[in-house]
Amino acid sequence: MFESLGQRFTKVFSGLRGQINETELRNIQAEITAALIDSDVSVNVADDFGSAVYRKAVNQLELLKKSINPYASVFEIVNQELIQILGGNQRRMQFAKKPPTIILLMGLQGSGKTSFAGKLALHLKSSGNTPLLVAADLARPNAVDQLKIVGEQVNVPVFAPAAGNGVGNPVLVARDSINFAREKLHNFVIVDTAGRLGIDAALINELILIKKEINPTESFFVLDAMLGQSAADVAQNFHAQVGFDAVVLTKLDGDAKGGAALSVVSKTGKPIIFSAVGEKTSDIEYFYPDRIASRILGKGDIATLAEKTAAAVPQDLTEKLTEKFVSGADFTLTDFLAQLGAMKNMGSISKLMGLIPGMNPKMQQQVSGLDDAELVRTRAIIESMTPAERENPEILNGSRRARIAKGSGRAVSEINRLIDRFSQAQKMMKQMKNNPGKQNLISKNLPGLPNNFPAGLNMNAPQINSNTVANKRKKSRSGNPAKRALEENL
Amino acid sequence: MALFTRLISALRNRANDSAEFIEIEQQLLKSDLGIALSRQIIEKSKAISNQDVTTAIRSVLAGFMLTSNRELSKNSAGLTSYVIVGVNGSGKTTFSAKLANFLITSKVLNANIHMAACDTFRAAAVSQLKTWSERLSLNFISGADNADPAAVAYSAVKDVQSKYGDTSNHFLIVDTAGRLHTNSDLVAELEKILRTINKLTPVNEVLLVIDGSTGQNGLAQAKLFQEKVKVTGLVLTKMDGQGKGGIALAIENELKIPIKFISTGESATDLEPFSVDRYISRLLED
Repeated sequence: MFESLGQRFTKVFSGLRGQINETELRNIQAEITAALIDSDVSVNVADDFGSAVYRKAVNQLELLKKSINPYASVFEIVNQELIQILGGNQRRMQFAKKPPTIILLMGLQGSGKTSFAGKLALHLKSSGNTPLLVAADLARPNAVDQLKIVGEQVNVPVFAPAAGNGVGNPVLVARDSINFAREKLHNFVIVDTAGRLGIDAALINELILIKKEINPTESFFVLDAMLGQSAADVAQNFHAQVGFDAVVLTKLDGDAKGGAALSVVSKTGKPIIFSAVGEKTSDIEYFYPDRIASRILGKGDIATLAEKTAAAVPQDLTEKLTEKFVSGADFTLTDFLAQLGAMKNMGSISKLMGLIPGMNPKMQQQVSGLDDAELVRTRAIIESMTPAERENPEILNGSRRARIAKGSGRAVSEINRLIDRFSQAQKMMKQMKNNPGKQNLISKNLPGLPNNFPAGLNMNAPQINSNTVANKRKKSRSGNPAKRALEENL
Repeated sequence: MALFTRLISALRNRANDSAEFIEIEQQLLKSDLGIALSRQIIEKSKAISNQDVTTAIRSVLAGFMLTSNRELSKNSAGLTSYVIVGVNGSGKTTFSAKLANFLITSKVLNANIHMAACDTFRAAAVSQLKTWSERLSLNFISGADNADPAAVAYSAVKDVQSKYGDTSNHFLIVDTAGRLHTNSDLVAELEKILRTINKLTPVNEVLLVIDGSTGQNGLAQAKLFQEKVKVTGLVLTKMDGQGKGGIALAIENELKIPIKFISTGESATDLEPFSVDRYISRLLED
């Protein structure tokens, strides 16, 4: 998401050359406003955004006129404005001084509250907490069951004393859950409420009562990234009547342009805190306004990419590969298999590609075709080989290949192709080692990539200079993944 | 009047636009019609000189709607099947129940409704549909947990066909799991469900459920679903909310898929067959 907005912005700026003047700035303003509306940013917010960019640019027009590349400066103004509208600094979750920390989830029907509740619970649990899920959606048929099952999936207890389907009092359930959590020493309570329309007085009232009763540490408004113009009004309604501290964006893995998020943040002044991106319960990320702004403007997001790699690739694998690389030993299919496993942990390839700077939409489209099924097939092929074959693919003669084809259920030609590609990659890695200059060739092909960005198959952490990455982030973040995990621990 | 509209009009030589047109254009934008379509509508309306602005806009909007029949098609010889598809959280399961209720209470005489719970992915989706089926006393068919949805669909059709000799008054409503149109694996799974049913009995309708608050992404959703599973009708849900469902007009206009139903609330009766007039009034409502 957001990428297509970036493409529009890039288009606005790519044709611009020569003298800058007020008319040009007005044109830019109009184009940017239109691009925002087309990306579902609300008309008023888009209008304000365009005006702000114009105002700031026109204020320094004299300065811009003297500049060698005035349009780059205007682009930078857009960038700053985007970061600001997205909430400026990154927001992290607040904790109660005295546990439990209480998190209240609210939002429209179908925005993804229950799924997000599960994802958040898992996220908290995996960082050593003891969350409790609370089923306070007693309106929608079987919402209670759904939360129970979600709880089972992530192995987090669910407090569900009321049957649901219209039976039970959600305010009482919420209240009792806090006592229950104190008794059983849960340090986080996640309260899932019924989805409701912003204009449904009775349900809004219920939500106000719940909030008053449990006094949550954090109230999150869960927002479907695919919403259109009405999102701003809906969020404003919720905010005015119930009040919330931050926004959670869901369904970000589609191709929605995500403009609704911009409207909501701008209208309510509340930042986006998390984004939920996929079907798996582990698909949840903190939201970094500066990184997203950079993604919108097509500058990529190396920081997130590096973090994902660091989190997904086991340390020993990284070390082993580095060692091999340095010593000049052959990169074998066994290593490749381990890498494929690590890549699987990192999520879909197309999602990762969005993080790489300079990836243009065409390239992204091509990659999205090469979806994750390809990885599975490649794994199947390698797993059908004997250890000896994996270490030494040269021994693969016709009959061995036929056997592997049978074992993996793929055609012999596919196996040939894999071996071909693999030996090319192997060669490339040798060249890289012997002639580091070659690396630059590769990164030059992807403009914006740091010179030491790894090429080809190897997307592992050691070659991403962790210092650069750390510098881009706030200074308190450690470059050491283990230390950083501690720092980021909730 | 917002600066933006004045600005665009100045830039595109639209200084002549009356305040009324500008106001309406903004209203259309706020109803999620998108910039290109809103512009087109305004331009066309301006060309109509012998009517007042509102009447002109209304007739232009109506001109963008299909004139074809919006009724559900039915299998005259045997079992009629309707497959409900859409992205996560659009309201498929609730709509399935409403559709069943609609079939029972509408002109169809002695309709027998069977519900097939093919959303085997989302937690508790099956029991949600079961609860609805019990409330409305419908025949409910489901498979094992996490079963292949195509297998559930298959046995549902087989079940009905083998139990009843003459199935010409029988309807099978197939509720499927929500899937983002961009997830190719899940879309392939949907294709498989349809293939499977088609082997046994024709799929009479593939209804795409779209949340009435959806923005421009609705068009992308419809395009992909249309390409893969030949959508025959649109359903706009949650139309009692703040969304105006303007994206449906964009979809109908571009992909020629008729909007068939408007769904508005949480009870089984909150479903109305699509009416162009009411829809347009809503779009222009502030």
